[in-house]
Amino acid sequence: MATSFSATLPLHGSQENRLLLPPIRLAPPPSSFLGSTRSLTIPSSRRLYHAHASRRSPVVGVQEVVKEKKVTNSLLITKEEGLVLYEDMILGRSFEDMCAQMYYRGKMFGFVHLYNGQEAVSTGFIKLLTQSDSVVSTYRDHVHALSKGVSARAVMSELFGKVTGCCRGQGGSMHMFSKEHNMLGGFAFIGEGIPVATGAAFTSKYKREVLKQDCDDVTVAFFGDGTCNNGQFYECLNMAALYKLPIIFVVENNLWAIGMSHLRSTSDPEIWKKGPAFGMPGVHVDGMDVLKVREVAKEAVTRARRGEGPTLVECETYRFRGHSLADPDELRDAAEKAKYAARDPITALKKYLVENKLANEGELKTIEKKIDELVEEAVEFADASPQPGRSQLLENVFADPKGFGIGPDGRYRCEDPKFTEGTAQV
Amino acid sequence: MWGILRRSAVDGGGFSASSLRRTRFSLVSARSYAAGSKEMTVRDALNSAIDEEMSADPKVFVMGEEVGQYQGAYKITKGLLEKYGPERVYDTPITEAGFTGIGVGAAYAGLKPVVEFMTFNFSMQAIDHIINSAAKSNYMSAGQINVPIAFRGPNGAAAGVGAQHSQCYAAWYASVPGLKVLAPYSAEDARGLLKAAIRDPDPVVFLENELLYGESFPISEEALDSSFCLPIGKAKIEREGKDVTITTFSKMVGFALKAAEKLAEEGIGAEVINLRSIRPLDRATINASVRKTSRLVTVEEGFPQHGVCAEICASVVEESFSYLDAPVARIAGADVPMPYAANLERLALPQVEDIVRAAKRACYRSK
Repeated sequence: MATSFSATLPLHGSQENRLLLPPIRLAPPPSSFLGSTRSLTIPSSRRLYHAHASRRSPVVGVQEVVKEKKVTNSLLITKEEGLVLYEDMILGRSFEDMCAQMYYRGKMFGFVHLYNGQEAVSTGFIKLLTQSDSVVSTYRDHVHALSKGVSARAVMSELFGKVTGCCRGQGGSMHMFSKEHNMLGGFAFIGEGIPVATGAAFTSKYKREVLKQDCDDVTVAFFGDGTCNNGQFYECLNMAALYKLPIIFVVENNLWAIGMSHLRSTSDPEIWKKGPAFGMPGVHVDGMDVLKVREVAKEAVTRARRGEGPTLVECETYRFRGHSLADPDELRDAAEKAKYAARDPITALKKYLVENKLANEGELKTIEKKIDELVEEAVEFADASPQPGRSQLLENVFADPKGFGIGPDGRYRCEDPKFTEGTAQV
Repeated sequence: MWGILRRSAVDGGGFSASSLRRTRFSLVSARSYAAGSKEMTVRDALNSAIDEEMSADPKVFVMGEEVGQYQGAYKITKGLLEKYGPERVYDTPITEAGFTGIGVGAAYAGLKPVVEFMTFNFSMQAIDHIINSAAKSNYMSAGQINVPIAFRGPNGAAAGVGAQHSQCYAAWYASVPGLKVLAPYSAEDARGLLKAAIRDPDPVVFLENELLYGESFPISEEALDSSFCLPIGKAKIEREGKDVTITTFSKMVGFALKAAEKLAEEGIGAEVINLRSIRPLDRATINASVRKTSRLVTVEEGFPQHGVCAEICASVVEESFSYLDAPVARIAGADVPMPYAANLERLALPQVEDIVRAAKRACYRSK
């Protein structure tokens, strides 16, 4: 249960920064839900969001259904689950650290956005999904791809721009796609992935209802706090609730959109509240704590699979590095960074596992070593892989290459064996 | 929230023209110019242009993502928040359709916004406002409502940023009547054209280039004056020649100039025209040049079909057909979304060798 877990970890920052609030009840149980906010009476004295307010800490939003579950022991996970979660977060962290090294050595180029600090969100959600469930992300997508099952080798090669990458070097850091693992991207424009994710959820529902297939796939859309000011977000919240789509909107609220603080750019910074305005539950969870995220995720995924519709989950999290590797990161306060560094999700999980005797230091060290080797091997593989050949430039523009039209000799251009040799001549 | 920041005293971060002359230059040693000539980066040129226009006219304000506290995503608006305060430099949330719409509405009502897009790729989220609310308004209202707004930001390919960050929008915007579309190359172009854009009573799309921001160019005293302005619709002949005309804009001007030097070694004199203004296109200069040289090579970075080059070729064929001695040649980016891999990206963009080869072919000097 969430409460027993919270006893071992500090909730949402140090005590003195917490504004004194009554715990806020979450959204009402699903069946009576019609978008009204029956329980959200907010005292007016709370509305003081001056620029440097630290985040307030409401109670973790876990639905009543979970609280009623009977648990035989007070632990949230088994040993196997714990090790899987730990390994996934270590993989995310080591991979991103290696990306930073490779970037500064010139092996990676362009825009690289790292996920350090936010691993609990990715691991917490994606490890509950099956292969046929879909994930849609933003440009900060390396770890989402890794959690979903894309191999570290494929992602690293893609970042190096090699032909063995998951997109054959054509997509790059911001565009990780994998049909096999249903990783639907990787989008550079924020907000762009949300309608795409809503469409994937639409397909899942269509398959079930129109094509009569046995499909209960859900889609998880990851995006940030900055995206929540974009029109597309609201349009999709409306439609997902209207059509009762099996989607979970996960807001990775790390408080900063490049250098723009969430509090400076948003009239009402509490994003989870926007869910009920559109007719879906809105949940706020501590995104630095993988077990809490996992509990909320379980509920949201189950809801979606049962056909009850979407959920909006706001995860309070933080990115330890700058927005991208080109960002000098001068605007964030060192005290804020330190506060969240102390809540490192990996350290927290490690502590939980060890204190609850689910694993010992030795086993965890073995995992860390294994991941280190995996990531290094991925780098070697990527280094040794060839760059894409010249002929690849014109491949995959269309699924049907007749889209290139008919050449001067009357035949389709794509049928000419010399077609791919020219570049500017095309 | 807006009232928190105070304006600091002007001097510290001041960008007035006189302090620029004294302090803002890095004298790059690689170029050999007469002693006393100044150099300026395109970034500083743009910054100084916005600064001067803002101090000259209080109706001018800047709006965009990260333009204030972050000093600009590419540091073009550096120092402006400290100098003019948050009432004139607005950090917006990430909502292009929203803030572009607000900018257009403010222009309807008489203000002069300078709206920054972090890259012009993001302007696609706001393109409805640029075209339908801004470009067409003066016509639809029969002259009652003009829209003195400037949209600026980096356009075209950078280095390794992938398909969604690398498109060139010159052709799309230049096809719309009611818009003016400018594309500077050098620091002087940047200063003069941006000032003209901000002062212009019509909507102007100002296409910069990220890779040019850090490049230094020599700049004349006249260009440093705060009333300096370049005319919209006039191209510049960067290099005179008599054998082949090469027309281009933005970053490709640099490539064309390098190509011209290579061609000069082989005895071919290339005339390089920097278009500066895509709409209105300076057809007179282009045609006069082609009538002189009889050959045309047009270069651009964007997609080939329906591009700027296509318009120039059509114009030359229509107006100077009998003067042409060789088929007109277009060099454009590859007809594919921009790939990420470094070698493929290089293949997808025109290179100096491509321009040289096309020019030689036009002069019948190669296969």
